[in-house]
Amino acid sequence: MNEWEVFRRERKGQPFEHAGSVVAPDADFAEAWAREQYGRRGESVALWLVPRDQIRDVEDWADEFDLKYRRVDGYSIKARLKLARENASAVAEGGA
Amino acid sequence: MGKLTIVRKVVCVAAVEVPPDEQAFLEYVQSGGQVETTDWMPDDYRAKLIKFIEMHGNSELMGVLPEREWILKAPTLQRKLALTAKVQDEVGHSQLIYRVAEDLGKPREQMLADLISGKAKFHNVFHYPTYTWGDVGVIAWLVDAAAIISQKALLKCSYAPYARIMKKICWEESFHILHGRDVILAMVTGTPEQFGLVQEALDRWWGPLMQFHGNPIPAGEDPMYKWRIKSQGNEEARQQFLDGYVPQILELGLELHDPKLRKRDDGVWEYTEPDWDELKHVVTGHGPKTQERLAFRKHFLDQEQWVRDVVLAA
Amino acid sequence: MTGVGSTEPEKSELPASPAGRSANKAQEQQLLAIADDELFLGWRESEWTGIAPMLEEDVAFSSIAQNEIGHARAIYQLIVGEDGDADALAFDRPLDEYRCAPFVELHLLDWAHTIARRWLYETADQIRLAALKDDSDPAVAGLAAKIDREEMYHRMHAEMWHDRLKDEPRFTAAVEELWPYALGVLPPKLRGELVQRVGLAEAEAVERGAHTDDLAPMWEEMTEVRRSAPAGTQW
Repeated sequence: MNEWEVFRRERKGQPFEHAGSVVAPDADFAEAWAREQYGRRGESVALWLVPRDQIRDVEDWADEFDLKYRRVDGYSIKARLKLARENASAVAEGGA
Repeated sequence: MGKLTIVRKVVCVAAVEVPPDEQAFLEYVQSGGQVETTDWMPDDYRAKLIKFIEMHGNSELMGVLPEREWILKAPTLQRKLALTAKVQDEVGHSQLIYRVAEDLGKPREQMLADLISGKAKFHNVFHYPTYTWGDVGVIAWLVDAAAIISQKALLKCSYAPYARIMKKICWEESFHILHGRDVILAMVTGTPEQFGLVQEALDRWWGPLMQFHGNPIPAGEDPMYKWRIKSQGNEEARQQFLDGYVPQILELGLELHDPKLRKRDDGVWEYTEPDWDELKHVVTGHGPKTQERLAFRKHFLDQEQWVRDVVLAA
Repeated sequence: MTGVGSTEPEKSELPASPAGRSANKAQEQQLLAIADDELFLGWRESEWTGIAPMLEEDVAFSSIAQNEIGHARAIYQLIVGEDGDADALAFDRPLDEYRCAPFVELHLLDWAHTIARRWLYETADQIRLAALKDDSDPAVAGLAAKIDREEMYHRMHAEMWHDRLKDEPRFTAAVEELWPYALGVLPPKLRGELVQRVGLAEAEAVERGAHTDDLAPMWEEMTEVRRSAPAGTQW
């Protein structure tokens, strides 16, 4: 099948987003048809058209070891921050 | 010559990997999880999904036919353009919807063949005739309003590609309701004859409109709801329609002739039970215009087969 | 641009134009001819909404039909002036006051003829618009330029189909059959260019003036709702 994926930019400053697909025999038909399906109401300032078989699909990653340091949830600062604050105020009271 | 290669990354946010297990899948979708085209799905889910989506696509395509006739008779240039644009949108919706079903594995040609043969169904309202310009207003305003309620409930469909196209569909439907309301308002503030056309059309369409959202199946027994394909039961949708549109209809001075139609103190609308046998009879291919419209569609599909053969040949 | 009107005497039933354009009756008739072509062709083409060979083309083709009617509306409005009633001019004339070419009247509800007409008409229209863009009246020239910019996409679409179907017997037969009608869209002095672009031998044109049998039923259907109520009824 001749699916062409359509990406559209809604307005300047926005990224291209996947909008859908048209079944077309070549780039000219894909353009003519995508223009109207995704632009007749002025809802897009630009389109990218790509034949589906030109897209490389990447869907899996290895996550075997616990590489928490790479992620936001890998740090747990609450407990130590509390302790540090308690220590600091104890020192302040002691010194007054 | 440069070739644009786009790499699509699927990021697993919460380590959600749905195991190929129907119970786990059910829990996943019932807690708001969504799936994409390449994810594992239970056979029952996939089958029900395709059937539901196909019926929707068929309905958009068949819905074109009652309105199309009036494109050629529109009484002003503005109405001509607005109505043509509306019907064009319906065709566009069927393209979006069929593409989703195609990506699930059912070819477009097969869906069209099943539609023509009667094997696949389409919504009740599109089996009825239109008689006057009053129908044009009532369909654009109220039939589209009933449809948009169902479509909004699909924005949260567990099958993500379908949920995503609903955004564009709902946005475009909102123009239709505006257009429909404008047509109605022009007529109810026009001549007494025009007011009469609207009332007469409303009288004919009220029955099918009340049946539109289907007979009230308890949520627990509705497979569409179970799989979170729909996020709303049939009765909930109908109540929403009545709540939103009965006041709008009555405030124009139009009448609704159901003696039981009223809103209770607890907010629930009461009404004469629609004829569910009629609904079943119509959607199984026995509506007043069903066969004529399917034959019309078949005529053009057959006549223009050569075009698809030439243009879409690999 | 000459030779567009019939040889009948000018009727004075057209709505008066406060912009003073009625002083130039000949040009008004020329503009009316173009507007009537666009109106009826757009009307014919809008009939494909919902039944075109593929869904994607259905959507695109409907836009083209809407654009043509939009062009007609703009030209009618130019003729009647800012406060004039373009709908009245579009719909309420007796049949013999319409200036459309027979080409656009034909009821061609098969794709080969429809797309052949599309391609032939776009080619002729481009030639006609090029001349109109040089008009001494800035309002006319400006409108022609606007129409031409939108037509660019129609031309891309027509060329795309022509390219795909040019070896297809149904299409080439339809083009040959419709060729005399296509020639009749243009005044004689512009036909040479059309002959060059289309690549068919010069033939006897089906001229403007007499309407085909297809016009009356189309006009009656178009105006059925409109005529069901008194003139001036709001819709």
